[in-house]
Amino acid sequence: MARHEVVSPIPGVFYRRADPGSDPFVSEGQQVGADDTVCLVEVMKSFHQVSAGTAGTMVEFLVENEDIVEAGQAVAVIEAE
Amino acid sequence: MKRLLVANRGEIAVRIIRAARDLGISTVAVHSTADATAAHVRLADAAVEIGPPQASKSYLAVAAILDAARSSGADAVHPGYGFLSERASFAAAVVDAGLIFVGPDPAVIDQMGDKVRARQLAEAAGVPTVPGTRGGVDDVAAAVAAATDVGYPLMLKAAAGGGGRGIRVVEHEAGLRSAFPAASKEAAAAFGDGRMYLERFVQRARHIEVQLLGDGDDAVHLRERECSLQRRRQKVLEEATAPGLDPAVAAAMASAAVRLARQVGYRGAGTVEFLLDEATGEFFFIEMNTRIQVEHPTTELVTGVDLVAEQLRIAAGEPLRPRQDDIVARGHAIEFRVNAEDPSRDFLPSPGNVGRVVLPAGPWVRVDTWLEPDSTIPPFYDSLLAKIIVWGEDRETAVRRGRRALAEFAVEGVPTTAGLFTELLGEPWFTAAEFHTGTLEQWLRDRKEEQ
Repeated sequence: MARHEVVSPIPGVFYRRADPGSDPFVSEGQQVGADDTVCLVEVMKSFHQVSAGTAGTMVEFLVENEDIVEAGQAVAVIEAE
Repeated sequence: MKRLLVANRGEIAVRIIRAARDLGISTVAVHSTADATAAHVRLADAAVEIGPPQASKSYLAVAAILDAARSSGADAVHPGYGFLSERASFAAAVVDAGLIFVGPDPAVIDQMGDKVRARQLAEAAGVPTVPGTRGGVDDVAAAVAAATDVGYPLMLKAAAGGGGRGIRVVEHEAGLRSAFPAASKEAAAAFGDGRMYLERFVQRARHIEVQLLGDGDDAVHLRERECSLQRRRQKVLEEATAPGLDPAVAAAMASAAVRLARQVGYRGAGTVEFLLDEATGEFFFIEMNTRIQVEHPTTELVTGVDLVAEQLRIAAGEPLRPRQDDIVARGHAIEFRVNAEDPSRDFLPSPGNVGRVVLPAGPWVRVDTWLEPDSTIPPFYDSLLAKIIVWGEDRETAVRRGRRALAEFAVEGVPTTAGLFTELLGEPWFTAAEFHTGTLEQWLRDRKEEQ
C-alpha cells in the first residue's frame, strides 16, 4: 500500500463539492478510481477538476472546503491499491 | 452625494474612483486581503479591508460592505459590474441603510434579472423577442410541447440564470429530451429554481446592444455596440458603433430600447442586448443589464459622454443631462479585453507575479486597467487585466490604431491574450466586419488545427 498525495496543479479556492447543494465528490474512507474527481479548484472564475490520480481509498483531506490552495499543494491523501 | 463607496475591485473600481474624483466626490475603496496594495485602494481617499481573498467572503459579503460604508462615512455605493451589481437584495440593503445605491430601483433589477419577467416587460413595451416560451417550463413533457411552437434549433436556459451559464443548444426533439433533465437539475442547484426557458436559436446572429441612460422619468440612448466576438459566451472585443448595420435597423433597435427603459421607469445606466438575424434584418431582445458594462468606454469615445459620471449625477438626484438630439456618435471605437490567460494552452488562467508593464498611450488610445509593474495578479477574481480602447475617425483608422497600441503593450511574467488581437486584426473577415457570434470560436478552432 502506497501513500499518494493529490496535488492541485493551480492556485485558487478549493471545493469538495460541485455546488453548495451537492454531496462531496468523495468522503474520507471511500474507494476512488484514478479518474474520479476528488475536488474542484477555482482559478479566476473557472473551475478545474482535480482527479484522484490513482485508485485506492481516500484517507484524508489536507485542506477545508473553500480554503485557499497554492499551485503544487497537496490537498488530499489516498492509500493506493 | 459627498462620499462614494466603490463595492468592487480591478479596473472598474479604478474607473469609478476616477469619475467620482472628476466630480469632486470623495471615494472609499473596499478590498480583500489579497488586494491590500491594489491600484484602486491607493487611488481612493480612504480604504477599508472587508475580508479574506475569497470573493464570497469579501466582495460578495454584503454585511462587511455595509459596515465599511457606515464606518467610513460614505453616503452612496457604486456596485460596478459583476459581484453584487445585479443583486436586487444588495441594492435594497444599501437603500435600507439610508445610502444612495448607484443604479436602478431594486424592483427593476429584480424584474430584469428574471428572464421570463424581463421578456414579458419587453413584449409589453413592443420590443421584439425571440420566439420562445412565455413562462418557465418545469418538465420534459412541457418542454417538448412548447418546442413545437418555438421551433428548432433552440436554446435551453435557466429561467433564473445569467451570464451564459448552463445554456444548451439542442437541434431536435431527441436532443431536448436528453438535455432537459440535467439542465433543469443544474439550474435548481445553481439558482434554486429548476424552471427552464426555451427559445429559438438564431444561426449566424450578431450580438448588438444599445446603451441607455435614464433618470426614472425620461430615457435616452447612446447608440449601439457590436459585441459578437465572443468565446464561451464572454465578450472579447467590442466596437461602437456597429459596423455595417443598416441605419434603419439601428434606429429601430435604439427606440425599442428606449421604450423598454421608459416602460420600467429606468434610472441610471443600462444596456439592452439584442440578437440580430443578419439574413432577415430582424432583431430580438435578449436581456437588459442593469449596471455599467465592461465595454462602456467604446460608447464614451464615440459620444463624448462620461457614462459613469452620468450614473453618479443621476443617482445624486439630478435630472438626465444629455438630450437625445445632442447625442451624436462620431468616428469609431474598438475595445480589446486583455486577459491573464494563455491562448496557447486553451486560455488557461495565468495568475502570478508581473514584472515590467508597458501600457500603450498616445493619440486616441485609452487604457482602463488596474495593472502596475511588479504587481501580483491574484487567482481569486476575473482574468481581465486591461482594456485597450482606441478611437479613429473611421473603422479603418481605429483598426490601424489598435494594431499600433497592441504593439506597444507589454507585460512580463504572465501570458496574456494581447497577441491574439494582433492576429485577429489581420484577418480579412475582421476588417470586412463579416462575423457573427460563432465566428471567433470557429477561428480559434481553425487556428489550433493549423498549428
